[in-house]
Amino acid sequence: MQHKPQEKPRIGVYICHCGTNIAGTVDVEEVARWAGELEGVVVARDYKFMCSSLGQDLIENDIKEKKLNRIVVAACSPLMHEKTFRGACQKAGLNPYFFEMANIREHDAWATDDKTAATFKAKALVEGAVNRVKFHMPLEPIPVDINPNTLVVGGGIAGITAALELANAGYHVYLVERSPSIGGHMAQLDKTFPTLDCSACILTPKMVDVGQHENITLLAYSEVEAVEGYLGNFTITVRKKARHVNEDLCTGCGICIEKCPRKVIDTEFEAGLGYRKVIYRPFPQAVPKYPVIDTENCTFFQRGKCRACQIFCPTKAIDFDQEDELITFQVGNIIIATGYDLFDARRIPQYGYGRLANVFTSLEFERMVNAAGPTGGRIVLRDGVTEPRSVAIIHCVGSRDKNYHEYCSKICCMYSLKFAHLVRERLPDAEVYNFYIDIRAPGKGYEEFYHRVLHEGAHLIRGRVAEVTDAAREPGEEGKLIVQVEDTLIGKQRRIPVDMVILSAGIEARKDSKEVAQLFKMGCDFDGFFVERHPKLDPVATMTEGVFIAGCAQGPKDIPDTVAQGAAAAARVAGLIHQGTVLMEPVRAYIHEDLCSGCRICNNLCPYNAIVFHEDRQKSEVITALCQGCGTCVAACPSGVISGAHFTNDQIFAQIEGVLWDVRAKATAPS
Amino acid sequence: MPKNTDFEPVILGFLCNWCSYRAADLAGTARIHYAPNMRPIRVMCSGRVDPQFVLKALREGADGVLIAGCHPGECHYVNGNIKTLRRFLLLRKMLEQLGLEPQRVQLVWASASEGKQLAEAVNRMTEEIRALGPLRWPEFLARETTSEATMEAA
Repeated sequence: MQHKPQEKPRIGVYICHCGTNIAGTVDVEEVARWAGELEGVVVARDYKFMCSSLGQDLIENDIKEKKLNRIVVAACSPLMHEKTFRGACQKAGLNPYFFEMANIREHDAWATDDKTAATFKAKALVEGAVNRVKFHMPLEPIPVDINPNTLVVGGGIAGITAALELANAGYHVYLVERSPSIGGHMAQLDKTFPTLDCSACILTPKMVDVGQHENITLLAYSEVEAVEGYLGNFTITVRKKARHVNEDLCTGCGICIEKCPRKVIDTEFEAGLGYRKVIYRPFPQAVPKYPVIDTENCTFFQRGKCRACQIFCPTKAIDFDQEDELITFQVGNIIIATGYDLFDARRIPQYGYGRLANVFTSLEFERMVNAAGPTGGRIVLRDGVTEPRSVAIIHCVGSRDKNYHEYCSKICCMYSLKFAHLVRERLPDAEVYNFYIDIRAPGKGYEEFYHRVLHEGAHLIRGRVAEVTDAAREPGEEGKLIVQVEDTLIGKQRRIPVDMVILSAGIEARKDSKEVAQLFKMGCDFDGFFVERHPKLDPVATMTEGVFIAGCAQGPKDIPDTVAQGAAAAARVAGLIHQGTVLMEPVRAYIHEDLCSGCRICNNLCPYNAIVFHEDRQKSEVITALCQGCGTCVAACPSGVISGAHFTNDQIFAQIEGVLWDVRAKATAPS
Repeated sequence: MPKNTDFEPVILGFLCNWCSYRAADLAGTARIHYAPNMRPIRVMCSGRVDPQFVLKALREGADGVLIAGCHPGECHYVNGNIKTLRRFLLLRKMLEQLGLEPQRVQLVWASASEGKQLAEAVNRMTEEIRALGPLRWPEFLARETTSEATMEAA
């Protein structure tokens, strides 16, 4: 058995008012008075703000003067202030694990307005903590060395920013990108709101920096296959997909692309509007510069003939036999910046995308209006020649809609206004209609941009579009797309005939975000976005130590916010690397070998393979470095000889008894 | 059987540190008011909930036990919650054989962002147990002698 402190418990109990947050619902004086009478309690006080330095002084002084050896604070969630009070204990010379917190704010005072019930529940939680703390044992945090390398997953602007920040700080980064080039969605955009600077012009220098940086190992056209380990020591396995181009030999001259006889529709970079060769670079400024063979469409791979690229390659870099490569490396931290998918507008059939030729998605329009895009920047209908004389832009497609996504995608209002501006710029005679629910322009220069577009003569119509149809009712509607909408500002149904409709599709989580979350042991919210440690105060950390998130993978956001998050995640990682070692919670399982029967039930339960079985001694052992402290083996051991530090059976049984003090009292009282 | 309207069920809750405890924190932060009948105990993982804890809670006078964990596939410890589910189903089967109503021991999934769902689960369970009436295992065990007659009379 683990040694139990022989000393008699001398417990100090502190009930926090938290201003009126707790005291407004819980009778804190009564709880303190009552706690003072519990067995083992030497002092019980209530105080306005226990987390204040005065509150902490109170604990420290009592520990010293009254020789307390156990501390209970009833206040907010331990996730909020457990560290604070452990620190106070430590300062006064008490092992910080002789501390227990009762959550009477989030779990009690804030969850009811019934004062009697809240006070009652507070007493139960306090008694649970008092009972539990008696069984606490001194523990020492486990130091973990931090490997200075970092894995960044996703080569969009979030991942690029994070990688560059860390690389510039002198730390090595592995940047893994699924597609053949980094750049992400931002590389596809034409102009960026509200400044209208060219997206590629501001992005490509950063891409080049990534490609050339001595501290960055760029693994494009690669995917993370396995993640093992924990903060400081992750082992990553990446599958580098075969490009069928030898990167050591390829100079990126592009002759192979020129000579490739086969063209296919480019559904990725050009959003289906343009063509690309079968051996291709997604776009001219791609980083890395090496092309990739699309084996599904390649004549050689499908029919064994052609070899045009191989014949013409001046450096003999084409390698049809190249195979996927598995690369394994060690990192200390991980930043996930896997970005977003655009909402599939086909899911809203009444808007006609995929059925009505001249209904476009926002990404298609981005490519169309881009000077380097498939139409050379000309705004034309699906026939490729006719310029539209009227354009409808429908906001909130797939967002702010209970049938699809309830949340606001944040960027669509602004890019829709940008579209309105671009249409007016390229086709000054065209009429532009923006159909919006509300205009959301919260950002530096955003509101000003909205007014600019208004003054340029775009028609803004407030109302959710019911339908886009080609069924004309009047002669003026013949051959047009008719947008049926209730204009809520004038309270009238309107039918507006236009030549082109652009659907401003919202942001949604990547289709495989759940799998990615599982791979990296992160949480995923209902919509599929990764969950941050704290929505306000810790927006780039996750519940998993050493795994950080940035960009739209965490939730919809625009480029400035994405860049800020990328840099923030990098700063968090740099801080950890700089510390060199971090202290981990000593919540670990331990097998009392003398008592272990060698049944091996625990062996297969451990999700981390942290339990080894010694054949010679017929005993199991927990490898502390691998154990994460979940306690599932502790619960399963039929002999009860595995203890989970800080969550021992003794502690939890004692807490159960304490929490149920009133019903126990009732049961034992003579009836 | 007429129920005592003054009866306030006492439910012990085992909440996992990563999802459901945070869900309860969030419910509080968002000031979602729910039945104060559930008294939470934090465990690192719902997989730590030893069936003995549940028996102990009922033995000590709880009218019901709620175990809450992360959604399947979202466990912080990969699959601890799956092990919880496995144990829970066996435990409930055993408790049913002892005559315990299945509503008294429940397993729910609540992610860290599902404060509302957790609050609703507590409300629902409280009402279900209120309808069932008190369990009174300690009294029953204290008296030891007559079994069912005592339960009925109570």
